[in-house]
Amino acid sequence: MSENLSLMQGKRGLVMGVANDRSIAWGIAKQVHAQGGSLGFTYQGDALLKRVRPLAEQVEAEILESCDVGDDDSIQAVFDKVKEVWGGLDFVVHAIAYADRNELKDKYVHTSREGFLRSMDISCYSFTAVAQKALPLMRPGGSLLTLSYFGAERVMPHYNVMGVAKAALEASVRYLAADLGDDGVRVNAISAGPIRTLAASGIGDFRYILKWNELNSPLRRNVTIDQVGSSAVYLLSDLGSAVTGEVHHVDSGYHTVGMMAVDAAPQLADLLESLKREPSP
Amino acid sequence: MSDNDIGERVKKIVVEHLGVEEGKVTDSASFIDDLGADSLDTVELVMAFEEEFGCEIPDDAAEKIVTVKDAVNFIQEHAA
Repeated sequence: MSENLSLMQGKRGLVMGVANDRSIAWGIAKQVHAQGGSLGFTYQGDALLKRVRPLAEQVEAEILESCDVGDDDSIQAVFDKVKEVWGGLDFVVHAIAYADRNELKDKYVHTSREGFLRSMDISCYSFTAVAQKALPLMRPGGSLLTLSYFGAERVMPHYNVMGVAKAALEASVRYLAADLGDDGVRVNAISAGPIRTLAASGIGDFRYILKWNELNSPLRRNVTIDQVGSSAVYLLSDLGSAVTGEVHHVDSGYHTVGMMAVDAAPQLADLLESLKREPSP
Repeated sequence: MSDNDIGERVKKIVVEHLGVEEGKVTDSASFIDDLGADSLDTVELVMAFEEEFGCEIPDDAAEKIVTVKDAVNFIQEHAA
């Protein structure tokens, strides 16, 4: 982006869910900052504060607040703070999900009730809760954005309960878009290709998933957090002013593919061979 | 890759990630007990090792990587 670096000029928004400098939410924050937007961040717990604080300073964040999205009072407190500091809000990026590691190892059919409800609460309902509390502060032209993954639409190895929660999240994007349209607020999701983030470290065979996507996507490469960030700028800025209720795929086109590419087969065979050599734990 | 080579690269990653003095990163140093890592640091270190050495360290194996030497040993056996 060389010429116009002011797509987010005058816009202020909250980024929820940065864990470290590999986070997709951080990729979005960097691009918003590069386009002149003002940022606030939320984090959960001291371990994450330690990581988010230096990043927040790097982009001159004006708000840095603790938030537990499983707790309505905690969410309300964040938006009270936003009201106090900014008076209003132009965008929110929701990049938060949770599944117990064990639910991502076993089969989906074995998901516990407790694990299911916790995943749905943190990964799906929290976006609705955030929309609810953010709405009174949102200015016309405002934009809410959440993150999803193709595992919401098709079965992905090990994605299990997260896939079901992301499917619910994508449905809630459409219902929220319908509700918030009256207020001129847009609601969208980005379905990003697999990226090696802290959250992805909980997903088994991730190296295989990355390689499969790289070899089979139309662009024959994986996506970076900066590429997700620049697509997010389109949805958060006025460039996307007629786009709402959308799940936008930023995945090198992987979601359009129906079958493994012929030229990918030999390389995948090599990869499978090398995985076989690694002892199963 | 020689053992020394892997050891040096592992130590360099640990020094950079945890911001500790090089002298403290001995073979027997425990990431959490001796080098002040928190639980997220250990996950981030494992990710950094995976990237540097092009291998996948499964959860069960990662849990057993407690010291610098543990990491070097795993990588020696599994690096591409």
